[in-house]
Amino acid sequence: MFRNQYDTDVTTWSPAGRLHQVEYAMEAVKQGSAAIGLRSKTHVVLAAVNKASSELSSHQKKLFKIDNHIGIAMAGLTADGRVLSRYMRSECINHKFVYESPLPVGRLVVQVADKAQVCTQRSWKRPYGVGLLVAGLDETGPHLYQNCPSGNYFEFHAFAIGSRSQAAKTYLERKFESFMDCSKEELVRHALHAVKESLQEEELSSANCGVAIVGVGEPFVILDSKTLQAYIESLEGAKDDQATKIEVEEERNPAVIERQDVSGGGGVGVGAEGEGPSDMET
Amino acid sequence: MDFSNFQAPGMYPYHASSSSKQAEKSYVDHPIMGPHNSSFTLMPEAPSKHTKYPYVTGTSVLGVKYKDGVLLASDTAASYGSTVRYKSVQRLKAVGKTTALGASGEISDFQAINELLDQLITNDYMWDDGNNLGPVEIHNYLNRLMYGRRNKFDPLWNSLVLGGVKNGQQYLGVVTMIGVHYVDDHVATGFGNHLARPIFRDEWRADMTHEEAVALLEKCMLVLFYRDRSAINKFQIANVTEAGVHISEPYALQTNWSYKAFENPTAGAVGSW
Repeated sequence: MFRNQYDTDVTTWSPAGRLHQVEYAMEAVKQGSAAIGLRSKTHVVLAAVNKASSELSSHQKKLFKIDNHIGIAMAGLTADGRVLSRYMRSECINHKFVYESPLPVGRLVVQVADKAQVCTQRSWKRPYGVGLLVAGLDETGPHLYQNCPSGNYFEFHAFAIGSRSQAAKTYLERKFESFMDCSKEELVRHALHAVKESLQEEELSSANCGVAIVGVGEPFVILDSKTLQAYIESLEGAKDDQATKIEVEEERNPAVIERQDVSGGGGVGVGAEGEGPSDMET
Repeated sequence: MDFSNFQAPGMYPYHASSSSKQAEKSYVDHPIMGPHNSSFTLMPEAPSKHTKYPYVTGTSVLGVKYKDGVLLASDTAASYGSTVRYKSVQRLKAVGKTTALGASGEISDFQAINELLDQLITNDYMWDDGNNLGPVEIHNYLNRLMYGRRNKFDPLWNSLVLGGVKNGQQYLGVVTMIGVHYVDDHVATGFGNHLARPIFRDEWRADMTHEEAVALLEKCMLVLFYRDRSAINKFQIANVTEAGVHISEPYALQTNWSYKAFENPTAGAVGSW
């Protein structure tokens, strides 16, 4: 994409009827490392490729719990993602306080989309540079949504965003028809297969990916590295035998989110200043 | 008719000559006049914004759960102090498709609550996304509302009964004007607490049919009509089931005044007149 004279301001239309600043914001999402989501009749699984900016640093957190029934995976400017997380958590807790019941995920997604749209129509603001995959439960069942910097939102059976997400999407497009009836374990394995596609040459391990699950009767939880490693190992081995083993691992503390190797702020700012956009985005 | 005992409810003490009393009005809290200008009369006193007394009030509301849903009952009277002023007031209201609300206390505050709930339900309906506010949500919303107003010392002077059915589950709750809230299998407000609840405790069962539950409510409403001076013999019952809310037309119950004890009511209490 090349610069042109209509892209300085988010409030300037191009003659072709485009808002270039918004499109550039969506580019920022495409530069971030991949985030994948897929759902069945009972569960939604989010997976994220964890990239560390250097061997010395820890990777950026991309999976966030918003409430017991909602979680997100982000791609792009994670700082913007954290701000949106905070907003989403606040909305959920306020709704809980007034209505003593969980905020329906579809309504939260619309609120986030409206918030993002505001930034596309104010000359003193810039669009959020993060794409979200929102996984959640409401009365009508499990849902997966995508939120864009443009202020659009979409619902999906399965989707992937971020860099090399096309490879993951190709896998998902091939397999998505079977997702609705998948068990939780099968769904997680599909997610890991999709992550593998995005990683391409790299070996899949619990160090370079993260998985989170939310389901009917199961609060949102980010899998700890042991459970995740067990799932990864089961990808090669016989799929059905491993199912019981994995369930045993997950018995302990499903409500507690166990962080993967996060110490302090993560990768932002650790790399050299002049290295370009890949520093900010994961 | 003898109106000599009429009392308008809680009227502010009327000064025969308001101008001569101006000097006693205090502007201590007045934002502009400050603490030392108590005799200044050019600025009118800031209006009181704290509800102190109710004016037009409804009496008890009863609620019971039964096998297929929830029933609420109330009479259709609104009193102005000691006079039964309005006799066709509907104190029960449907809130969306899942819930019914009954109120005792200040009728104008009930009307204000209804306005708020109408807006809430309309907004919820406009989402059109398969989710809707059920009895749990509305109960909690009303609790937040009532408690919030109580904290500002400006309560909505009502006791609210909320009954609803969602996903096969019956729900019955109460919120009072100070924000006390609870759920139960059978509830009552006002005089109903003293006269109806003992009957509920003895005779309510979880598997009552609709007819049995209505009979129980009618028994209690009749007792209230006999004993509560603000009650009239004109009732409505709201029936909430999975199918929705239905509020009956007002109807009267058979009364019996020919008990021996009623014949000479002062026989046991000799007075000086």
